[in-house]
Amino acid sequence: MRYIDEFRDPALAEALLRRIHAHATRPVRLMEFCGTHTHAIFRHGLRQLLPPQVTTLSGPGCPVCVTSAADLDRAIALARIPGVTIATFGDMLRVPGSQGSLQDAKAAGADVRVVYSSLDALDLARRRPERTVVLLGVGFETTAPTVAAAIVQAAQEGLANLRLLSLHKLTPPATHAILRSGEVALDGILAPGHVSTIIGAQAWQFVPREYGLPCTVTGFEPLDILAGIADLVEQHEAGRAEVHNAYGRSVQPQGNPAALELMERVFAPAPASWRGLGTLPDSGLALREEYRAFDAAPLLAAQGIEAAEAREPAGCRCGDVLRGALEPNRCPLFGRVCTPERPVGPCMVSSEGSCAAHYRYGGKA
Amino acid sequence: MSERILLAHGSGGELSHELIDRVFAPAFANPALARMDDSAVLPVPPPGSRLAFTTDGYVVRPLFFPGGDIGRLAVCGTVNDLAMMGATPLYLSAAVVLEEGFATADLERIVASMAAAAREAGVEIVTGDTKVVERGSADGCFITTAGVGVIPPGVDLSGAGARPGDAVLISGPVGDHGLAIMSQREGLRFASPLESDVAPLNGLVRALLEATPALHTLRDPTRGGLATTLNEIARQSQVEIIVEEASIPVRPAAQALAEMLGLDPLYVANEGKLIAVVAPEAAEAALAAMRAHPLGREAAIIGRVHGGRPGRVALRTTLGAHRVLDMLAGEQLPRIC
Amino acid sequence: MCLAVPAKIVSMDGSEGEVEMAGVRRRIGLQLVPEAKVGDYVLVHTGFAINVLDPSEAEESLKLFRELDELSAEDGAPS
Repeated sequence: MRYIDEFRDPALAEALLRRIHAHATRPVRLMEFCGTHTHAIFRHGLRQLLPPQVTTLSGPGCPVCVTSAADLDRAIALARIPGVTIATFGDMLRVPGSQGSLQDAKAAGADVRVVYSSLDALDLARRRPERTVVLLGVGFETTAPTVAAAIVQAAQEGLANLRLLSLHKLTPPATHAILRSGEVALDGILAPGHVSTIIGAQAWQFVPREYGLPCTVTGFEPLDILAGIADLVEQHEAGRAEVHNAYGRSVQPQGNPAALELMERVFAPAPASWRGLGTLPDSGLALREEYRAFDAAPLLAAQGIEAAEAREPAGCRCGDVLRGALEPNRCPLFGRVCTPERPVGPCMVSSEGSCAAHYRYGGKA
Repeated sequence: MSERILLAHGSGGELSHELIDRVFAPAFANPALARMDDSAVLPVPPPGSRLAFTTDGYVVRPLFFPGGDIGRLAVCGTVNDLAMMGATPLYLSAAVVLEEGFATADLERIVASMAAAAREAGVEIVTGDTKVVERGSADGCFITTAGVGVIPPGVDLSGAGARPGDAVLISGPVGDHGLAIMSQREGLRFASPLESDVAPLNGLVRALLEATPALHTLRDPTRGGLATTLNEIARQSQVEIIVEEASIPVRPAAQALAEMLGLDPLYVANEGKLIAVVAPEAAEAALAAMRAHPLGREAAIIGRVHGGRPGRVALRTTLGAHRVLDMLAGEQLPRIC
Repeated sequence: MCLAVPAKIVSMDGSEGEVEMAGVRRRIGLQLVPEAKVGDYVLVHTGFAINVLDPSEAEESLKLFRELDELSAEDGAPS
């Protein structure tokens, strides 16, 4: 058992598709919260194979996409401080802020490095004690505990030149915001399997309880996604609204206690600004008192850099796309003015962005 | 010779000549180079044949990687550009820009590597140049090569030559070079068995040309990977290409590393592979010819050319759905060639 | 940011360990999986194991899918 190929078996995928086709008698609209789900659905061409009654919509589950323009500007301002080395996950590099991207700052002389792990940022800080290494903490509950673990390690080592700009966000508040607004008619939620690995399947009880919708925790291989969709279709047809776990090999009802404990130890919920959703209370993570020495924010204050009210780029509809209210190819800028080579907004840049997925894989071929 | 390269090694004086005499000339040893004139003087190709001429700059980081180095890359890259036109590669030039302070031992390694690759490909490096720039102005070592080769009469390969009905073949597994480079990058804590596939392909091309005259296009999928190169062919020929995901060979280790990094092997550079577009009746012969050659053992037929939407490349996924396989959009990797 | 890849733990060394996938090895953090042992398969996300994969649950899922395959093949349900 290697956990990949087995869950890509074409024959079993066909079986799941037959089941979905057999059960979907009427229109059903499902939101996949996670950008990785959108990407996987497109990569395997699943939209084409699903019956026309089943619609899948992208949600705000792309951490780079939901980073506000103001936060992006703060990251770029940090990059420009002499002596600062920015350590960032790859996608953030090309997202345009008000005055260019991190990539542009790099071209103009800023020290910006792509890392694949917060542990790489620790390595960097150890190797270059004369630099202040600022890790851009982007990601939801899947990533936040890993950054928390890195911060705890840095504290244990007394690593004085590491800082964190926490842009981490929490998934349930965004889900609440979308469901509460009623802007988009939905019949079910495909819950993110790796976020749920951390927070647990039970964390989604609010979806049936408060909004009367079925919610199925779903993994990312083709069979996982089809199984999740099949389950939601069946719940919808039967008029049921429950939390089901279709990713049992990774997700437990209560999640990962060690990860939750680390997250709890290092971070506290704080208000956060979401592109497309505005500011949501208790939807972001800020460093607790004990770890505040690692906060990068004072570096900005020391430079006298005020967080200006950044404007979204003119004509950019990323916010609407992130709420599921607009399909990417309906955006007037899509493919014409806004392309992966010359992106206007983050949804076209991030590898998990809905617009990027549509552009790369062409929708229904 | 000093342990490190100095600015004076690039200024044309004593030290420059010492560098040529002690490092470059012995390694590349050939009559044209030995004359040390301002230009190499070479025989004109026979009447009826055409000259193929190409140039490339090499800025790969790191300079030494599993399976090769910048020197081997430079020679093979240029040899392959010539080979893709059906040319027999003959003569190369090499202009080297070194950073002040570069370790002489490293230069010797690179030059030895170039010489070995040249011998393997049957080409001569007949002329060159060396410049040295201040510390910090270059990334250690940059190499620019140019190459000439002769295309025999009757051979006419071009990216515009693909026709509806043609078979599309790949000479072996994709993604090795770019992923091998990635696994070495500073900050990544990977150890992988992956090696660059960098190799001269002129022998493989000769085998293909001997096996069938119905060869329409050859192209090596370097920067941007297989997907980008297929798009280039589709656009140049104004045809549609559809490939089967299940048929495209990828080593398990390459797939694993790509999964871990969130990359797609179809967009990763190769330096020892070629795409061949051949008339349908010649597909089996072409496949057999490649598989009989050491550099083509894992060759495969991966798709077909269609007359549908010109310039479009699509992939039939393992689940049977079609999706567009677009050109590489934006940059995904560090300098790799 | 949900990209996580299954890999097998081949060695452990305090809070760090090495995982392996088709011959590719990577050093990762194990702080989130204190219960993990050498030989376990874990999901790796940004250089950390975020959970230990449950082989019996995995088998259970695949068994269900296979049963589905046999059932619907018998029914000849349209696709």
